[in-house]
Amino acid sequence: MTIETIQLLTPEGERVEHPEYPLVDADIKGMYRDMVLVRRLDSEAIALQRQGELGLWASLLGQEAAQVGSARALSPRDMVFPSYREHGVAWCRGLDPMRLIEMFRGVTNGTWDPEEHKFHLYTIVIGDQTLHATGYAMGLQRDASEDEAVITYFGDGATSQGDVSEAFSWASVFHAPVVFFCQNNQFAISAPPERQSRVPIYQRASGFGFPGIRVDGNDVLACYAVTQQAMRAAREGEGPTLIEAFTYRMGAHTTTDDPTRYRLASELEAWRLRDPIERVRAYLARSGEADATFFEQVDTEADELAVKLRAACLALPDPPPLSVFDHVYAGENAIVAAERAQYAAYLAGFDEEEGAQR
Amino acid sequence: MTRITLSRAINEGLRRSLENNPKVMIMGEDVGKLGGVFRVTDGLQKDFGEHRVVDTPLAESGIVGTAIGLALRGYRPVCEIQFDGFVYPATDQIISQLAKMRYRSQGHVTLPVVIRIPFGGGIGAVEHHSESPEVFFAHTAGLRVVACADPADAFAMIQLAIASDDPVIFFEPKRRYWDKADVDLTAPLSEALPLDKARMVHSGNDVTLLSYGPLVRTCLEAALAASEDGRSIEVIDLRSLSPLDMATITESVGRTGRCVIAHEAPVYAGIGAEIAARVTEECFYSLEAPVLRVGGFAVPYPPARMEDHYLPDLDRILDAVDRAFAY
Repeated sequence: MTIETIQLLTPEGERVEHPEYPLVDADIKGMYRDMVLVRRLDSEAIALQRQGELGLWASLLGQEAAQVGSARALSPRDMVFPSYREHGVAWCRGLDPMRLIEMFRGVTNGTWDPEEHKFHLYTIVIGDQTLHATGYAMGLQRDASEDEAVITYFGDGATSQGDVSEAFSWASVFHAPVVFFCQNNQFAISAPPERQSRVPIYQRASGFGFPGIRVDGNDVLACYAVTQQAMRAAREGEGPTLIEAFTYRMGAHTTTDDPTRYRLASELEAWRLRDPIERVRAYLARSGEADATFFEQVDTEADELAVKLRAACLALPDPPPLSVFDHVYAGENAIVAAERAQYAAYLAGFDEEEGAQR
Repeated sequence: MTRITLSRAINEGLRRSLENNPKVMIMGEDVGKLGGVFRVTDGLQKDFGEHRVVDTPLAESGIVGTAIGLALRGYRPVCEIQFDGFVYPATDQIISQLAKMRYRSQGHVTLPVVIRIPFGGGIGAVEHHSESPEVFFAHTAGLRVVACADPADAFAMIQLAIASDDPVIFFEPKRRYWDKADVDLTAPLSEALPLDKARMVHSGNDVTLLSYGPLVRTCLEAALAASEDGRSIEVIDLRSLSPLDMATITESVGRTGRCVIAHEAPVYAGIGAEIAARVTEECFYSLEAPVLRVGGFAVPYPPARMEDHYLPDLDRILDAVDRAFAY
């Protein structure tokens, strides 16, 4: 079976046409800006982690096009169920990046209201969110809502999880309006995609009875066009689609990982030539759609964003100790209340000791 | 004697088991080339090959389910679950299949599967990477549940677990992986303390402090701090959570008359509750105070910047000890 990969912009920045994916109303400059900003956000977060200000960071380096392209194809009413690396999607949904910084600093486990930006909390346990997305989509069916659909993000590793297969089954059986957006970044920490599947991931959809498409995940235009069409199909009652965005994790799995133990530098170099941002910049410059001033403005904006994030991160207070007991249940709970009171008394004991010493 | 980390000690125990028994296998996510995220399996795939040290697809239920099949075929799989919070997809295979197969088959089927789980907090991790799920497994008949606390014991315990004909859930205290101690790598396994025995790690007269895994070290520090105040704490490392070595526990509490149990897992319906009930039943007339517990709160494991409040530290353990003397 031949593998077709949808591409609308080559790594050299040449536009190519695809009969099934005409590019309409694509704000290419806007896409470029988003990708540059999220890459800067990402590099600043890595720096903050290195300096001990964040506990961890999961870098999206290399996956900017897959995330920005797909997220820009969504309508404001579409619902997103992300994994834990979807900082570019979060950005496009309008979520304040500080919500992500807080989480990776260890101040919160999320905090945002998923409905506010139609962007669910990050899901760290691999693949769990694909079932939530499917169930949410089944809710849309029951509400007879025709202008909403659901998209869920996951990686190549997740496709091995039972929950993801179950999500495929349910979405297919119930014809749910959900798009499965798999960023195949070639690594489940150290394991290559061949450790997860003998067939290309997008081809697995046919066994479940819905279409699967592979798109050049480093081509923001293709990711945009393919996602736009899949979401439209979902909204119009045509059921689920699996999109495999073929991309590459340029960084480590997270800041605790050491990829030199399992991958070759030459492979990294080969993918560097397919950088998702450089090709858009080349296209914009060559076509005259953007000039040097535009690129300078975006770079300046990116640096300003980094400065702002750093300052806000350093200013983050640790949560008050007793907030550890908040929001466990809808109302007051006897066990939690008793433990809160005990711990408050325990902490007060230290204050008294300090007072006595003064 | 070799001075090595806890991570290395388990690695050496695995190595020895792989050397001594061709049926022993290791399987899990990233255990091969990467050597595991905590490097516990470092170098083993290189030395024993991809058939014996298997990088699996990313699926915990699959890891345990296929380990059961391999065990049915005569292998002794040692599964690695990457983090405590990732074991739940495998709980169906563990609880419904692994734990019950011997019983269902009236003893015809033996499943010598070991499931290694790095557990506990204190490393500033993100969600699902700091949990203490041991009670779910201790509550399940058919499983042995153990936790190692220091390098020398871990070296022996992992080998004993692999040699056991029962399925063993083997908890490793992840914040102690880099603790170093002298380990005799030539020590014969026959002389090791059996897997189901607790051990006294600090003798004392006034109170018995029971713990396991990451808090054993904290309890030892508490005993040292208390001795400066003239209070004599006996510290027992439980090692086995199922079964419990009640003989060692009651012997100690019978002498000291006081008992405090410390674990990172929530106090509510935790291992400490089981011990407290049993100690109360068996040592009732020796007790000077109620059996007290100190542990995690009845809340989900909190974000990293709050974990120091959640985790019992030296002060909270000594506070519990003080309370035991208030009666």
